[in-house]
Amino acid sequence: MSRLTSTLRSELVGLAGIVERNVYLTKRYLLWDVAFMVWTVANTLTIVFIARAVHVSPAEENRLATSLLVGAVIWAFLGIIFELVTETVAWERWEGTIEYTFMAPISRPVHLFGMAAFAVLYGLVRAAILFAAVVAFIGLHVPHANFAGALALLAIASLSFMGIGIMASVLPLISPEKGAQLGFIAQGLMLVVSGVYYPVSVMPDWMQWISKVSPATYALRGDRAAIVDGAGLAWADVWPLLVIALGAIPLGLAIFRAGERYAKRHGKLKRSG
Amino acid sequence: MSIVAARTPSPVVPVRQDVPAVEVRDLRKTFRRRDREAGRFARRKPWPALVDVTFTIARGECVAILGQNGSGKSTLVRLLSTLLLNDGGEARIFGHDAFREERTIRRLVNRVSVEASFFKKMSATENLSYAARFYGMTPRQTRTAIPAILEQVGFPAERRGEAMENLSRGMQQKVALARALLTSPVLLLLDEPTTGLDPRSKLEVQDFIRQVRAEHDATILLCTHDMAEAETLADRVGILDRGRLLFLEPVEDVKRRYGVETLEQAFFAATGRAFAAEHGDDEDDDRQVLA
Repeated sequence: MSRLTSTLRSELVGLAGIVERNVYLTKRYLLWDVAFMVWTVANTLTIVFIARAVHVSPAEENRLATSLLVGAVIWAFLGIIFELVTETVAWERWEGTIEYTFMAPISRPVHLFGMAAFAVLYGLVRAAILFAAVVAFIGLHVPHANFAGALALLAIASLSFMGIGIMASVLPLISPEKGAQLGFIAQGLMLVVSGVYYPVSVMPDWMQWISKVSPATYALRGDRAAIVDGAGLAWADVWPLLVIALGAIPLGLAIFRAGERYAKRHGKLKRSG
Repeated sequence: MSIVAARTPSPVVPVRQDVPAVEVRDLRKTFRRRDREAGRFARRKPWPALVDVTFTIARGECVAILGQNGSGKSTLVRLLSTLLLNDGGEARIFGHDAFREERTIRRLVNRVSVEASFFKKMSATENLSYAARFYGMTPRQTRTAIPAILEQVGFPAERRGEAMENLSRGMQQKVALARALLTSPVLLLLDEPTTGLDPRSKLEVQDFIRQVRAEHDATILLCTHDMAEAETLADRVGILDRGRLLFLEPVEDVKRRYGVETLEQAFFAATGRAFAAEHGDDEDDDRQVLA
């Protein structure tokens, strides 16, 4: 086996190991995940019920509720990605395994991609459950929904989200105490400029400009169109997501690499905070 | 130049035979430390953790570095395991630069530290599988290798599926040894592997270290503050004091040099301070302060 093939094989085994470990942990924390899911459903209901308070025709109410639901589901999806990718460092530090993981001979891009890939898969499953639970609870009608299109767009958007998540995951490396929370700030800022529960057009001009570089803008717009109107994948949503991903992933890896070097220089790549 | 393959799982890393296992020359590491008494906004001051440390370890040798808490032992281990960057000097492992050829070094080195450090909800088998994957070991390989290595360290078969949080410190440390050996490192870094263990577990771990030396082609760097452990396990013993390596010699040479009968007396002769009487901060606490 050539050196290159051998290295590639070893990296793929390592990547599978990260996914495998996350599956083990998900199984062990399953009841906590169920409890968190209940909280997410309740939180989403508080948003979707707003549509009931607006006195419009039943059809418009259904449309508004579905639109709000798409925003809440993407918020939850993004939350899972940021949480899991940020935990690349934070969880390992808490468990005390960080030194062993970071001295293992797996490349950092593969390590981070493994974490991000699991986060996307897990986030998609949770998003689907959340959507189905709220639709059933409220009694929403989504007869024209193009679920395949919505999922495909979310998968494409995930590439950008992974890149931004990797950028955020460096924060606990630099600030062991507060870094993980800063990741949630990044998530909130991204969604507020992306029209999470409202059209981008209602925001001030300067926020609308920022929204153009946020992948969530295109994910929200495209998924709303797919679920509410049954629209297919629109190139106008896909190409900006691909362009942002092309920038976000290398930038995320570069930022993480710089953060890791900083941590090694200052002795922060260690077990306790 | 004769070359053999390290027994690490794929990909194979060439290990040069004509160079020492470890070559450390003028190695320096300085952290910045905030003086607790000077207040929250006081400037951080440089605090040397390692000062111009120089030594070599031959292939297959077991060397013990003794030092009190905060003497720089863990800093040395973390530098050699690619978890820290140096501020000066160099370190080579089987001829490879520890700070520039990190991925090669990582295939050659593994470690056992004072804290076992596992995912607490996962079992011994699951934790070992996770660690082994990073070294390219497939599920087919670990299916047989993990039970075998756990049996070798004396870990009871019926507890392999139990969560780590339910195991005693001694049991966890055995799994830590198994984790380090599973990847067949050619350099094993042991950072206080028996600290905090009950006497029986301590002896078991020490026996296992002897067994590793006898049966595996591993070079061992043992950092400890247990002088008896260093004397019984190592070919040569060094004392690291406040970041400076005072000497690194066979125990008998140390005793002869200072005209003493014990390593404790040698430490006193070299530093003017008693070894056991000083109990500074734990090195981890130091790192917290330094971070």
